[in-house]
Amino acid sequence: MIMTGAEAIIESLKNENVDVVFGYPGGAVLTLYDALYQANFRHILTKHEQGAVHAADGYARATGKVGVVIATSGPGAANLVTGIATAYMDSIPLVAITGQVAVSLIGRDSFQEADIRGITTPITKHNYLVKKVEDLPRVLKEAFYIARTGRPGPVVVDVAKDVFAAAVDYQYPQEVKLRGYHPLFAGNLETINKVFEELKLAQRPLIFVGGGVNLSNSAEALRELVDQTGFPVIASLMGLGSLPFDHPQFLGMVGMHGTYAANMATTKCDLLLGIGVRFDDRVTGLLSEFAAKAKVVHFDIDPAEINKNVRADLRVVGDLNWSLPALLERVKHVSGEFKKQVRSWIEEVLAWQREKPLTYESDAKLVMPQAVIEKVSRLTRGEGVIVTDVGQHQMWVAQYYGFKNPRSFLTSGGLGTMGYGLPAALGAQCGLPDQKVILFVGDGGVMMNCQELATAANYNFPVKVLIFNNQTLGMVAQWQRMFYGGRYSHTSLKGNTDFVKLAEAMGVTGLRVTKPEELDRVLEEALATPGPVVVDIQTPEIVDVLPMVPAGARLDQMIMGGSEE
Amino acid sequence: MKHTLAVLVENRPGVLTHISGLISRRAFNIESIAAGYTEEPDTTRITIVVEGDEIEQEQVVNQLSKLVDVIKISDLTAVESIHRELALIKVKASIETRSDIINIVEIFRAKIVDVNRETMVIELSGDETKIDALCQVLKEDHGIIEIVRTGKIALSRGPIPAKDQ
Repeated sequence: MIMTGAEAIIESLKNENVDVVFGYPGGAVLTLYDALYQANFRHILTKHEQGAVHAADGYARATGKVGVVIATSGPGAANLVTGIATAYMDSIPLVAITGQVAVSLIGRDSFQEADIRGITTPITKHNYLVKKVEDLPRVLKEAFYIARTGRPGPVVVDVAKDVFAAAVDYQYPQEVKLRGYHPLFAGNLETINKVFEELKLAQRPLIFVGGGVNLSNSAEALRELVDQTGFPVIASLMGLGSLPFDHPQFLGMVGMHGTYAANMATTKCDLLLGIGVRFDDRVTGLLSEFAAKAKVVHFDIDPAEINKNVRADLRVVGDLNWSLPALLERVKHVSGEFKKQVRSWIEEVLAWQREKPLTYESDAKLVMPQAVIEKVSRLTRGEGVIVTDVGQHQMWVAQYYGFKNPRSFLTSGGLGTMGYGLPAALGAQCGLPDQKVILFVGDGGVMMNCQELATAANYNFPVKVLIFNNQTLGMVAQWQRMFYGGRYSHTSLKGNTDFVKLAEAMGVTGLRVTKPEELDRVLEEALATPGPVVVDIQTPEIVDVLPMVPAGARLDQMIMGGSEE
Repeated sequence: MKHTLAVLVENRPGVLTHISGLISRRAFNIESIAAGYTEEPDTTRITIVVEGDEIEQEQVVNQLSKLVDVIKISDLTAVESIHRELALIKVKASIETRSDIINIVEIFRAKIVDVNRETMVIELSGDETKIDALCQVLKEDHGIIEIVRTGKIALSRGPIPAKDQ
């Protein structure tokens, strides 16, 4: 069927079951926007391209589908960069369609020209520049396939302006032919047997769950493995939600702001089963001392993750939906023996958990951020989708929110992108209109993309935005307090911003909490109010995220705080 | 230790950017890189010499393999193979010194490909150490004006091509 390149893109989106795109129009994508208009394709107009790409990312994380974002050439495409890098670091499937100047103008420093393919090469799973309309259907087919298969990731499709208008005999390819891309599902069964043998020998085994479990939707198999083995479990930031927070074997998050029990267990274990993890430096602390007593078994779909940071004694390369059931098959016949084998170890780790649980100092006059999170967690019963920005509040949510479900915690883990939270929450709400979406955000981060409050109002996305307003760039200030002699260089955010008025100006309900006694009532009101709501929660300026392992220290060298010091 | 990798990639625009971008981003220690067409018009073959221990070498292979345009990587260090590099060397050559240079060239089985009143250009192919040795002699006795080297290319012995290894 003969159609324009722009129409071919719309058809391809339909073929990929894309039901919504996020974007912002401009010169190079005028023809594509005309086609969107004519096809009446659902498009969410954000206020900034960065908002659009984070929204597509939040949509992808919440739904598991590929997020799609559209931007124009030059500045439009360049504004996507932070969002693409965010998605890349956390392995989020995304297709970014960007306009490029016309073929004849490429390379001449034309108006609104930027080499977005060159710019995004280190932060994409793959990228394309389409200069011939007949390549378009194949490229889009490949882009979606690459984005969602194997270890997912963002793909950029840069399309020259004249390609959108050129005629093509459209036929969407049935299959992808890529000689250099064969995502792995099943790996080598022999490796599973070896792991099983190691499990039988371990006295102090520990399961370490990462974002791979959430991404691959393999939480159910993981939960069964945890139940069948009786082994204690820790999670990375990205692994939260794959096991319910109140599971009796779950010790919480590991790493820089991990729990005492999780960090101690990692230091003392003799077998560490890393499942869909990448041993990020925020997890390992001093790499040479990380799990130094343990044999490390690494389960991952990406062979390049093996031995990248931590040396693996055994590797299981393949999809977790293959490896976890395969291991379970062997484990379940001897489940009782495993539980017997780890009885004293379990007692030891649970004692750590009992003796040094997460604590914070409270003050009857102050609204403690941790208390807010605990309250919200009780109100939601761990259901719904929790989104954060980056910083202190992010770590407190990881520590104190009672996650129950996989894909219920959306946060920029790898890149640590401030400004991510608000647009990502909108994207999640767009993808899951019936779910409660709650954003925790700092007064610093919310300002980085606060323009998207207007988007929330325009589309009536009923996101609840809880701003922890401590008038400071909390995490950076914490480091200044701990490691820079308390010299608060440019981390004070004291000003005259009125977040309630800001919300109202954007068409969003604004509420405020200044005293602890207001907290319950206002939070309940916020959750009960239809449409988007901003709550300006005034929290104390100086509160530290603890425990804390200083950068480059061993995991058991934690600063505990409270009565410990 | 050094590893010589044969990397077969799609012959498409942007592929070399992807490869060189990856190498620089991951801070891999690459000694040489040489690319060219192959017996298949849609395939380019890149020979990469990597310096590093086994773990680093494994990372280079695994990370390069992740690139969608990379079809196949085989480690030619592990198999019997022929390694060659081509060099063009422009050396100072007066009428008096020409005959000595010709002697040296013959000993190394090199070729003289250009002569004028002040210089000669010598072509030599061989392994790295042989080229190094010739350069050393010419530099000390005559003076080298400029050198260009292709970087190593390598091919396995026996009937099995890299793509099937």
